[in-house]
Amino acid sequence: MAKTTSRQWTTRIKRIKPVVFVLCGIPAGLLVFDIFTGNISADPIEDMTRVTGVWGLRLIILTLAITPLRQITGINQLILLRRMLGVYAFFYIVLHFLTWFVVDNFFDFQRIIEDIIERYYILFGSLAFMMMIPLAITSTNGMVRRLGGKRWAKLHKLIYILSILGVLHFYLQVKADITEPVIYAAILAALLGYRVWKSRQPASKKPARS
Amino acid sequence: MILIKQKPDIASSEITPQNVYLNRRKFMQTTAALAIGGSVPFMTLANRQAYAMGTKFENLIKSPYSATDAELTSYEDVTSYNNFYEFGTDKRSPAKEAHRLTTRPWSLSVSGECEAPKDWDIEDILKQFPAEERIYRHRCVEAWSMVVPWVGFSLGDFLKFHKPTSKAKYIEMLTLVRPEEMIGQKPGLFGSVLNWPYREGLRIDEAMNPLAIFAIGLYGEHMPNQNGAPIRLVVPWKYGFKGVKSIVSVRFTEEQPFNTWQEQAPHEYGFYANVNPNVDHPRWSQASERVVGKLFGRVPTLMFNGYADQVASLYSGMDLSVNF
Repeated sequence: MAKTTSRQWTTRIKRIKPVVFVLCGIPAGLLVFDIFTGNISADPIEDMTRVTGVWGLRLIILTLAITPLRQITGINQLILLRRMLGVYAFFYIVLHFLTWFVVDNFFDFQRIIEDIIERYYILFGSLAFMMMIPLAITSTNGMVRRLGGKRWAKLHKLIYILSILGVLHFYLQVKADITEPVIYAAILAALLGYRVWKSRQPASKKPARS
Repeated sequence: MILIKQKPDIASSEITPQNVYLNRRKFMQTTAALAIGGSVPFMTLANRQAYAMGTKFENLIKSPYSATDAELTSYEDVTSYNNFYEFGTDKRSPAKEAHRLTTRPWSLSVSGECEAPKDWDIEDILKQFPAEERIYRHRCVEAWSMVVPWVGFSLGDFLKFHKPTSKAKYIEMLTLVRPEEMIGQKPGLFGSVLNWPYREGLRIDEAMNPLAIFAIGLYGEHMPNQNGAPIRLVVPWKYGFKGVKSIVSVRFTEEQPFNTWQEQAPHEYGFYANVNPNVDHPRWSQASERVVGKLFGRVPTLMFNGYADQVASLYSGMDLSVNF
């Protein structure tokens, strides 16, 4: 009985996976559409920076929601979506980075380095981006195998640090209306807090693997 | 003082597209209004009204203070990319939300340390002070810039009309508070975004500088709501946030008034807020700026936004990294 349910979940999630793939691409698609139809503000760099940054961060947080969701709902198969969400997050953050590095600063290294040194939010953002690179590189099945599950899992704990840096990066550059970054901080605190709480629970029943 | 040469007439080709734009926006507004249906609350305020958009000024005087070397930012960009937190913090929201603002009737009170205080009706201000065109560079503290053909009149002339006394060392200006029309003034999840009313101030000699104007329009027409209708401050050598919009009060004071952003974050925003490429803001380098309307190409920021010849003497002997 339980086995069939599990298999059913696998089928269901595999079926919705392409839908999630398309959904995750919509913000990028809309941005490109808006740029080409001129439906963009007078400062398109700001639009590009905001859309790519916000969606990157949302997806990072979403990947962190998968494990708690699995454990709470018992639908282990949700893990089938996590890699795609993570790689999509990286995709948006790469665009975010390139907007800043190329479109805004056009490889002006002196200005870029000054920016990183003088502004914490840029330093935090740059560190978070750098931490994402090894995670993206090791996201393939081959790399997981080569690293071995344990080392892979250890490396991917970087997500905890980079997600905090990402939220700080967002919070620090907001001028007045902190609503959105505070909401993200609260969600992130809940997701990370859940893990801390879980790790302190005496291992009961079957321990869930993450 | 070095006067800048006159700017040649604006080519008509630069003005025409706005009609197309206005029609498009009117259409969208109408559609939105229809979608909301009969439950539109502001319909009850039938006696108040927004000024007819696109109403042109007649007999505009050309000003010798206009910038001659700068390419104008398009009307569409000037009127769709605005920091006007009374209508939301997104720079696109004022263009969407400011149509609710009713700017007639509009009163502006002048009070404080002066011999001739007065409660003005905006129409009387428009009659009393002849409108000039002033093409100014506009530099936001967020490191973007525009060039705007304002319509306005000398702030100094306006202030002298009220005979400030020797105690009038500063002026304080306030924006309207009307949350039912200014949706950004409604408190959000974490309280108000800013402490309303929006306040700004100038030292009296800054206010009397001939570059300082009260703007009542742009691109030859009455001020669009999202740009601070019906009357706003423009001080082109200072960061844009000094340019308090939709002004309802001017007060001559002896003490230096607080300004909203300084109150919000004193280590980031000062009272003077002069454009200065050598003093960085904690979030933005002020050495260069993005020119709105151009995708690539930052340009170096100029001291006092290029108005050093006219205003640098106001600050001689002052440490501008302390008085930022």
